[in-house]
Amino acid sequence: MAKISFNLNGEDVTVDADPGTPLLWILREELDLTGPKYSCGIAVCGACAIHINGEATPSCITPMSLVEGRKITTIEGLSQDNDHPLQQAWTEEQVPQCGYCQSGMIMFAASLLNKNKKPSREEIDEGMNRVLCRCGTYLRVRKAIEKVIRENG
Amino acid sequence: MKKETKEKTGSLVSRRNFLKAGGGVAFAVAAYALLPKLDLVEGAPPGEGNLVEQKVFAWVHIRTDGRITIYNPAAEMGQGSMTALPVILAEEMDADWANVKIEQSPIEPDTYGRPGFRGGASMLTVGSRAVSGYFDGLRIAGAQVRQMLLANAAKKWNVPVSRLTTGPSVVIDKSKGRKISYGEIAGFMEIPDSAPKVSKHQLKDPKDFRLIGNADIPRFDIPAKINGSAKYSIDVTLPNMVYGVISRAPVNGSKPRLLNEKMIRGRDGVVDVVTLGHGIGVIAESIETALKTKERLVIDWSEGAKAESHNSESAPAEYAKIAGNPGLRGRDIANMGDATKALQSAQSKYTADYINDHIYHAQMEPLNAVVSVGSDGKSAEVWAGSQAHDGARSAVARTLGIEFSQVKYHPQYLGGGFGRRSTSDYIVEATELAKAAKRPLKLLWTREDDISYGMFRPMSLQRMEAGVDSKGNVAGWKHTIVGTGSRLLASGARNEFYDFPNQKIELRSVDHGIRTKHWRAVGHGANKFAIEAFVDEIAAGQKVDPYEFRLRLMKNHPRARAVLKKAAEMSDWGAKPKSGRAKGIAFGERSGSLCAGVFEISLEDGRIKVHRVWVALDAGIVVQPDNVIAQTEGCILMGLSSVLHESITIRNGRVLESNFDDYQLLRMKDVPDSVDVEIISSSERPTGVGEAALPIVGGAVANAFAALTGKRIRHMPFTRERISDVLGKTA
Repeated sequence: MAKISFNLNGEDVTVDADPGTPLLWILREELDLTGPKYSCGIAVCGACAIHINGEATPSCITPMSLVEGRKITTIEGLSQDNDHPLQQAWTEEQVPQCGYCQSGMIMFAASLLNKNKKPSREEIDEGMNRVLCRCGTYLRVRKAIEKVIRENG
Repeated sequence: MKKETKEKTGSLVSRRNFLKAGGGVAFAVAAYALLPKLDLVEGAPPGEGNLVEQKVFAWVHIRTDGRITIYNPAAEMGQGSMTALPVILAEEMDADWANVKIEQSPIEPDTYGRPGFRGGASMLTVGSRAVSGYFDGLRIAGAQVRQMLLANAAKKWNVPVSRLTTGPSVVIDKSKGRKISYGEIAGFMEIPDSAPKVSKHQLKDPKDFRLIGNADIPRFDIPAKINGSAKYSIDVTLPNMVYGVISRAPVNGSKPRLLNEKMIRGRDGVVDVVTLGHGIGVIAESIETALKTKERLVIDWSEGAKAESHNSESAPAEYAKIAGNPGLRGRDIANMGDATKALQSAQSKYTADYINDHIYHAQMEPLNAVVSVGSDGKSAEVWAGSQAHDGARSAVARTLGIEFSQVKYHPQYLGGGFGRRSTSDYIVEATELAKAAKRPLKLLWTREDDISYGMFRPMSLQRMEAGVDSKGNVAGWKHTIVGTGSRLLASGARNEFYDFPNQKIELRSVDHGIRTKHWRAVGHGANKFAIEAFVDEIAAGQKVDPYEFRLRLMKNHPRARAVLKKAAEMSDWGAKPKSGRAKGIAFGERSGSLCAGVFEISLEDGRIKVHRVWVALDAGIVVQPDNVIAQTEGCILMGLSSVLHESITIRNGRVLESNFDDYQLLRMKDVPDSVDVEIISSSERPTGVGEAALPIVGGAVANAFAALTGKRIRHMPFTRERISDVLGKTA
């Protein structure tokens, strides 16, 4: 066990954890941030995505040792009042179905737009390709992202 | 506090208190669980004038400030019925939707169920039946609430009810120009001992609907699903909770013997080790300890389970022999006229075998449940996502040998169901481990567990034979299904909208001893693939356009023709696609809904790329049009995923795939440029939507492939290897 300090959704926190433990379990089982989801555990589905210094990252394979000193944002910390443009577009386009992958979808989309304000359709598809959705919300995910891009001018 | 009331002919009060949608004659009986007549502020004594709210009905709760709660009886797994069902009730109640809040109903099938498959009341959310199954009953229930509100207003004003009408959450007396809100009425409302009678004529004319069919009503669950706050059972954490994982039989039916129990028990953080019939459970203080310990289990698995003999790669060859063995007889799904004779005397004959592999549900939330068992073993509390919340509650009670009422059940959102969550195996496991742990326990299936101990949509072979007479009519039709999974293979084999005068549809079951299960649209996925691809092959053989050919087969079915025509029109069927692309068409019915689609594809890098999809759907009255479109999009994409990518390989009974790296699902890059959906306007009763568009995908893609390449692809999924085989063989 080791003391690991990082910034979580704008607050400095210190947790006592095994440095090898995946961040996902600490977020979900210790810190009660259940927005990031467990689904594959091997970083191929995207449901557990969080931002590390603004970049979408699967938390299921991120060991606590890599978290020290970083700025971690989960879906819970993405906006103050669910008013991130993507969250608004997600509501307007009625994107989620079962909803389980949607934290990951939104976090990947936010990371994509952080890096590229006006991605093309191909760049959206490329950027979102790491998140799996079984319900088949992909079409609306695309629409919602394109709506944000349009509204950004 | 339920009151016994007599069931009368045409009466609306049922002794059984469940929603009964009568087959058009003796009509709906609404639930009328008589709650305390006056529902007082908590802790306040009755009769003291401090009434602030009244539960007028098991389904509705009206507060004096006008807020209305409507209870949703269905499991919410993304299909949206938690919003659609309350909309139905609110419509007839004439509620102001802006003030409606939705809550999950208690898991009490006698009050909140609908007639089940085997009689009795059921809360099972399967087969796209939520809206169609509850529609009549919830309309009646809503109308009864409205009648009670009208009666109370009439009494208050001392006027006949006939003079009054309602608007959104208000009773209106036009003659006096006065209004009273539902909230105000709740303040003095008296509830009769028996629910008012409502006849069908008192229900709204569908043209007056302002909530049903309103595309602007959003889904109630969406706000919680964009910020991580929606709770699934996997998100539940209880004080003092421990974690359970199970190492399950690698071959179904194999029994475990743990060889290193002492070492396992000695590990730090291990609370208990439990031997179950099908696996070894590990209970630990943390999820990681549980998972790491599971890897250290040394288990001797018994040999000789039936499933050991199953090899999915060689099964199709066995199935073909079974299909072709004239000495075998299976179970008839349909047998009309004389198909054998019609085939013999036909002018042209067609035959083809279609095959589908085992596929996995892949719901994004792996199976899990949280259970706490009382220290005396006489009570339990459960948090679960299930398509059978009532069945799960019963199963927990049975496992512990206690009463249904001794199990407190908290239904949670489901991170996908697709048929996997209509059985309670994982909830029973959690109960067994929680009982051993004597502490609240969260059972988690890893993704690897979820796949290797999955319950699959079974593989099958469909042998299709048809004979066409000199006039170009399909005179004889034979469809022989071979595979494991018994009745799971039968759904969708009938041709409800193609008239074949002589037909024989037969199921020849093989039991491989493996785990199989309903998977979105069940047998329709495989059967409609075979039927629709084969119809195309016959049309091609007859040199008739496949769209025109289908119209001819459907000549006695105007609704089906309208759907097919709509899809053809949307896709500009007659127009030549641009170079390198081709279109395919298919039709299917599922849960009473009719669906047709056209898919435009090309080949890219040896694989099928779907560019555009046009879908027409007739689902009767649609309650939530935008959600119906969303479900249809979802069906098309989940269908494409299964048709292009998905395959479970079983070798000597063992599942070879283990996670989403080797079990491929459709990803964003495979998503078509567009999926256009049109809903046929209808005033017929609603039919099922959640699966309706899925069955057309296999046939439409295979038909587009044939149009593009001149070759037939008959084995799903249509992987690069299979495409190359098909193109190579005859090229």
